[in-house]
Amino acid sequence: MHMVTLTKGVPDFREGKVSFDEDGHLERGKTPTVMNPNDKIALKAALQTKVRQGGTVSLMSMGPPGYKEVLQEGMEDVYADDLYLLSDREMGAADTWATAMTIATGIDQLEEEPDLIFAGFKTADGETGHTGPQTNWCIDINEDLTDRPIITHVISLEIDDEEETVRAKRLVEGDISEIETVEADLPAFIVTDPEFEPSYRKADHRLKYKDLREETQERAENLDLDEDVTVWNHEDLNLDPDFIGLDGSPTIVSGVDPIPKGPSEREATMIDPDDEAGMESVFEELNQYAAGD
Amino acid sequence: MTEYEHYEAVVVGAGPGGATAAATLAEQGVETLVLERGVDAGSKNVSGGLLYAEESAPYTIDNVFPGIREAATERPVDDHYIHNISGNKVKTFDLGELHHHDTEWCDAVLRRKMDSWLAQRVHEKTRETGGGLLTEVRVNGLLREGGQIVGVTLDELDPITADIIIAADGVNSELARDAGLMDWDEPEEWFQGVKAVVEMDPETINDRFDISDDEGDAHLFSGDLFDGVRGGGFLYTNESSLSIGTVFHLDSIADERAEPHELLDNLLTHPLMDQWFEGEYEEREYSAKLVPDSKKVAHPSPHRGRLLLVGDAAGQMQAQGPVIKGMNHAVTAGGLAAEAFAEAKARGNPDAAGNLYEQKLDAEGVMEKLRPPRYRATRALSESDAVSNIGSKLLDSPVGGVGLKLFGSVVEKAYNSPYLLGMIPDTRLTYVDVPTRIGEVLGSEVVDENEIEPPELDDRIGDLTYNVDDPHIEVLDNSFEASGTAVTACPVSAQGFGGGCYREETIKTNGSEKKKVSLDTQPCVECGTCAVVADTHWEHPSGGKGVEFKQG
Repeated sequence: MHMVTLTKGVPDFREGKVSFDEDGHLERGKTPTVMNPNDKIALKAALQTKVRQGGTVSLMSMGPPGYKEVLQEGMEDVYADDLYLLSDREMGAADTWATAMTIATGIDQLEEEPDLIFAGFKTADGETGHTGPQTNWCIDINEDLTDRPIITHVISLEIDDEEETVRAKRLVEGDISEIETVEADLPAFIVTDPEFEPSYRKADHRLKYKDLREETQERAENLDLDEDVTVWNHEDLNLDPDFIGLDGSPTIVSGVDPIPKGPSEREATMIDPDDEAGMESVFEELNQYAAGD
Repeated sequence: MTEYEHYEAVVVGAGPGGATAAATLAEQGVETLVLERGVDAGSKNVSGGLLYAEESAPYTIDNVFPGIREAATERPVDDHYIHNISGNKVKTFDLGELHHHDTEWCDAVLRRKMDSWLAQRVHEKTRETGGGLLTEVRVNGLLREGGQIVGVTLDELDPITADIIIAADGVNSELARDAGLMDWDEPEEWFQGVKAVVEMDPETINDRFDISDDEGDAHLFSGDLFDGVRGGGFLYTNESSLSIGTVFHLDSIADERAEPHELLDNLLTHPLMDQWFEGEYEEREYSAKLVPDSKKVAHPSPHRGRLLLVGDAAGQMQAQGPVIKGMNHAVTAGGLAAEAFAEAKARGNPDAAGNLYEQKLDAEGVMEKLRPPRYRATRALSESDAVSNIGSKLLDSPVGGVGLKLFGSVVEKAYNSPYLLGMIPDTRLTYVDVPTRIGEVLGSEVVDENEIEPPELDDRIGDLTYNVDDPHIEVLDNSFEASGTAVTACPVSAQGFGGGCYREETIKTNGSEKKKVSLDTQPCVECGTCAVVADTHWEHPSGGKGVEFKQG
């Protein structure tokens, strides 16, 4: 079983790590970049499949050279056999579409077509949730790659080696009580839900998991970022710069508006219900909405 | 028939007994799976803290795990004293002779550090056989087919079958109970220990105990400082901490409605302790554990079918007066159980492992240490009230006092006699009255003042780490008569204290009042006391859940 997990570097939004300026803009320079937390969940799904079925797990990202450390983080905290970074200036400032195009080409470039591609549920910075499904669409239109079904919001996963199928439980409505089970042929594209939980009910699986975790941590610790990460630029991938990066991005960001403060952060005036004048002003204030304007 | 995952050997519990069994099995090429329910081996394990290697024992832990003393134990303990206390008067006897009897070496240990180190070695050894060690997995019972034990059932994993199951799952062994080999009914069969690990930097320890870096002390305490509850206290020097605790007969704790944490405080605040604290006291961890009284419960035939019990699970804990030895016997038993299986298998009859194990325990003299025939012979007489009363009276009389004065050195000698200690009866006379009288008649006054303040119980509980799970204990009868003793006997509960496990409640109905007991398992330290003194359905929390000891 050959698997690829897709990931992106995102600002570390955890308390104490993230830094904002006075206007509430993220200070990228002062905020460390980490592996998108949802992608770690996707990588855990890939590791679970490796533990149960065997095979290899590749971890792939598109981004600046600094993302090598993001890949290393995935290898250390979860698992990876090998790391791929699609990176050059032409790929910069890509929207989800141009990213999907680039990643699909990266997958095409791999020696072996993956049986399973894993992606996490949306990134912590972009929050679109588009890149995974769009990548699968780009795989579909790529004549060298096999069309594959996509299963999103996956919370658990079973592979049937003999039948070459994947059976997944997916969270339908965000409510844990609404779960549907779907089955699809391999190869397939899996998007994990944040609720995904790896499951190891056999001692043998837990022992293998322990071995693999030990092995990947050691590999990550001794990783030579220059030698051990495969980096492909647009030429390696034979990509036309007009179709990738900023030039290949149909999305135009015209401006950014700050998100209004939440209700709890708005200013409130406290009025005692026994304060007649005060209560009168409340009714006056509400009156303008009562007309239905 | 269901296809189960199968291992040649399953060892439940990664303490010294389980670790030795697993390592010995692995060395014989047996495919061995070790299952430990703590987040880490040692995180559920508490002991007073002295680990012996006996000259007469077929297995010692450093033979099985070379390098353990350098890597994972605390200080070697060479000097051993007992302090007989009466008020502020103390008479100290040197127990050196007893301590060195049959002792190759003796180290103080902290279980988290030691067991965690052992587990690493065990995993490496067993992994080579195709097995390995898993943590955070709770074995919850025996798997049977046609009435025969064929494997184990677990919370986190599907059932596993095995040719041999070694239950080294501790004093509250759920497997021993499931097999009907042990019960938790009689408080007389148990001791309960509580312990504080107290911060002290190595130089201060060296200075205050007058020892060097590679020396350690053991001190025992008995007399009138424990409100008449039968038992005593201990202090062992670790590398950078002290293990200080108290151990009492559980029936005595129950009958006297004693609060174990207060008895510990009685020791901690005694003037005698000031020489070591000098007014400073910082507690790293409070812990508790039940201790089986091997004289009564060491199972003479600790096996059933494919199940072999090792260590505390089999009641193999020798506590005879100042002799407190458990881990060394667990190590021996673990080695013998493994050896028994390997031999039985080689003879083509693996089912004979149980009987072979029993024979080995006898042949190697383990059973004789655990259940001295002398104790059984003299028990009926010495534990009868009549004898105790005469003994007490004699001791209190001027004649008794003079006798003690004249024969002080003889008494010291008696304390150092393993032969006599094997007969020591479990009465107030031996545990309380004799030491008190010794202190009174022979002792000298301690003039120091001990002003330290041990933490309150809620701080002790608050400092422990818990991963709270669903309640693992159910009170079956919540009447005060059936389960009220737990309010005081539980080491993390106390009368009038709302933050513990067991609370006393008065329920008023139709003009009448009834005392009931309520339970919140959140602060549970999993000692098992309430399983014995109250009417409960008692299980361990699932793998990785419940209390996590950092010292142990």
